[in-house]
Amino acid sequence: MELSGGEILIQFLKDEGVEYVFGYPGGSVLHIYDALYGQDELKHILVRHEQAATHAADGYARATGKPGVVLVTSGPGATNAVTGIATAFMDSIPMVVITGQVPTPVIGSDAFQEVDSIGITRPCVKHNFLVKDINKLADTLKKAFYIASTGRPGPVVVDIPKDVTDPMVKIPYSYPKKVEMRSYNPVIKGHSIQIKRAADMILSAKRPMIYSGGGVVLSNASAELRAFTRLLGYPITQTLMGLGAYPASDKQNVGMLGMHGTYEANMAMHECDVLIAIGARFDDRVTGKLAEFCPTARIVHIDIDPASISKNVKVDVPIVGDVKLVLEDLIKLLQESSVKPDESAKTKWWGQIDEWRSKQCLEYDRQSDVIKPQFVIETLSKLTGSGDTYVTSDVGQHQMWAAQYFQFDEPRRWINSGGLGTMGFGLPSAMGVQLAYPDATVACVTGEGSIQMCIQEMSTCKQYGLPIKIINLNNRYLGMVRQWQEFSYEERYSMSYMEALPDFQKLTEAFGHVGMKIEKRSDVEGALKEALALKDRLVFLDFITDRKENVYPMIEAGKAHHEMRMAADRELS
Amino acid sequence: MSRHIISILMENESGALSRVAGLFSARGYNIESLTVAPTEDSSLSRMTIVTTGSEEIIEQIKKQLNKLIDVVKLIDLTEAGHIERELALVKLRANNAIDRDELKRLADIFRGHIVDVTPESYVVELTGTGDKIDGFLEALGDRSVIEVVRSGSSGIGRGDRSLDL
Ligand SMILES: Cc1cc2nc3c(=O)[nH]c(=O)nc-3n(C[C@H](O)[C@H](O)[C@H](O)COP(=O)(O)OP(=O)(O)OC[C@H]3O[C@@H](n4cnc5c(N)ncnc54)[C@H](O)[C@@H]3O)c2cc1C
Ligand SMILES: Cc1ncc(C[n+]2csc(CCOP(=O)(O)OP(=O)(O)O)c2C)c(N)n1
Ligand SMILES: [Mg+2]
Repeated sequence: MELSGGEILIQFLKDEGVEYVFGYPGGSVLHIYDALYGQDELKHILVRHEQAATHAADGYARATGKPGVVLVTSGPGATNAVTGIATAFMDSIPMVVITGQVPTPVIGSDAFQEVDSIGITRPCVKHNFLVKDINKLADTLKKAFYIASTGRPGPVVVDIPKDVTDPMVKIPYSYPKKVEMRSYNPVIKGHSIQIKRAADMILSAKRPMIYSGGGVVLSNASAELRAFTRLLGYPITQTLMGLGAYPASDKQNVGMLGMHGTYEANMAMHECDVLIAIGARFDDRVTGKLAEFCPTARIVHIDIDPASISKNVKVDVPIVGDVKLVLEDLIKLLQESSVKPDESAKTKWWGQIDEWRSKQCLEYDRQSDVIKPQFVIETLSKLTGSGDTYVTSDVGQHQMWAAQYFQFDEPRRWINSGGLGTMGFGLPSAMGVQLAYPDATVACVTGEGSIQMCIQEMSTCKQYGLPIKIINLNNRYLGMVRQWQEFSYEERYSMSYMEALPDFQKLTEAFGHVGMKIEKRSDVEGALKEALALKDRLVFLDFITDRKENVYPMIEAGKAHHEMRMAADRELS
Repeated sequence: MSRHIISILMENESGALSRVAGLFSARGYNIESLTVAPTEDSSLSRMTIVTTGSEEIIEQIKKQLNKLIDVVKLIDLTEAGHIERELALVKLRANNAIDRDELKRLADIFRGHIVDVTPESYVVELTGTGDKIDGFLEALGDRSVIEVVRSGSSGIGRGDRSLDL
């Protein structure tokens, strides 16, 4: 089969099993868009801004586990995509981004719409390639998908100069089935001696704690995590990125840890004697003050990336490998072992944890007539159940409330930007999820600040009929910023207030969707029910919430796990 | 804080050097010198990086370097027997007999060679460890030095300690 570069790209994507490409055309990718024309096997989703293309591909990847694919033009197309690439990079999301480039003969001459895409994206990709020779195109694309989706996943950029996709230049093409890379061979099987040491340490614990993260989701190891945790009967806390890998509703789950984690999770971190970190990276939002992090614990750490191990916190038993395989091995050892967890120590430990739990750190005023943001999320959770509902989120207070009050019982249902914290992520990522699962309920929890960063995507939703439910927790503040200003800047609310908000209901209607405005607590449930019943329509629910509500509990900057700040009314109890 | 010489075999791809340089600047690691050239296998280039840091930082540097897709293999030469060499070319003011004699003697002591002579100047070529070159420059003082070019260190393991595929 003789194909041009543009045709090779399209044919390759089909052969690779790619369902959707999220993109936006422009000069240097016109040959590629021409090759895309008149076929419908590979579906192209035309976004309204390239940032949204990357977030949509990212949402698709998070929900399905398959790499998201993006196609953008050179120059501004590529720079617009950078935020989404960096977002995926920070959360280790598999993605392949194809950027057009000016023709090879003019690279470096400040040609029209030329930017050094390789240079600009280098610090925020797992790897990137500039393909200067059509003969290397197919192999390079294969490598890109391989690198993006194996080991610690991440985005890979493939920059293709326009002349490489010239329709007049054709070469024989066959799908490269295999990749050989001498320089890239991620370790996935854990070292057996380390696993044995870990098992011994785990069984010797008196006050154990399982701390699991996004790596469990990425590894599709939710079943293994559940088996491991239940076998031991130990408490488990999950990071913001790990939510759902272990069911929120299970009694061994003590909730999220870290800055806005639960009191019981953070106290248990502080007091534990053996910490079992699984696919988590000891982020500063999680550890709090490093010098006082888990002061009495010996630490086991399972991670596929050696560079994650002992980066921020020195660990005692490192295991490099894929969570799924390592947990399988560990479970086997634990089952075979004649030593069993110390039951009396465990009972005592759970007694202590239940005492912390009894503080009910997530309680809030359920009677208030003003809508409490927590109430909206709680009601959403109650109405949808977590099974087949996907929740994407933007960044801010609403994100934390979604994490705290929605019960995620399955992995890949909670989709948010944790590492980069990218406002604007919520709506476009929901598009990717909805495309992947057309029949599922997809809710985007957002704030009036964040939603405006990618609000143009309501137009894309119209074009492709994506019935997303946008839950806008409208507090008329950049609430997360306002909260910090209240706590740390003596209530000097510098620029955390937007004066001229749009009428979201009308705006939504202008895009061709259904808009609702909800101002009373008693209307919350009814409105949500009504919106959820509109199965084939996008509904924007503008909830006018309590302006000054804060996210509690909280570990303020520089504080340790046992120094949590509780909501004022909680402090008293 | 200790000084480490890290040797890397990398795919000889354009941009490989900037991946390493970018890693060091983005993560704020110290970099004393960096040298790179192709090897006998033209698909590979070899890089020598001299860096300083605490043991934890050096460990992170090695892990982060290994994580770069283009890095094929890496060793920390300073962990065992190794040879370190740096080349320096030093242009010296040598316009009178007394200076010329003394500079010649000093170059001999450090086993340098005078590779260029004019009525006004000498160019001394010197190889050795970074320390030795520092020593030579110190001995000269700044009175006679016009220009110094240093290559940065290269290194190789002793005996059967090799960095190859
Ligand atoms: C406003 C805001 C507030 C936040 N507050 C909190 C908070 O209170 N609590 C909190 O937890 N987070 C919080 N975060 C998120 C935080 O910034 C980090 O993104 C998050 O804690 C990182 O989660 P993680 O450790 O699970 O790592 P991830 O970023 O999910 O990284 C996954 C880890 O697993 C490894 N891994 C990947 N694949 C595999 C595999 N197959 N096998 C083994 N290992 C693998 C990776 O190498 C990596 O080390 C907040 C973010 C924002 C924006
Ligand atoms: C692109 C981007 N710019 C700035 C920030 C800093 N930031 C974090 S939360 C936040 C406020 C978000 O406001 P809103 O979307 O209304 O959510 P709320 O906190 O009020 O729930 C800001 C500005 C960010 N995370 N991302
Ligand atoms: Mg807000």
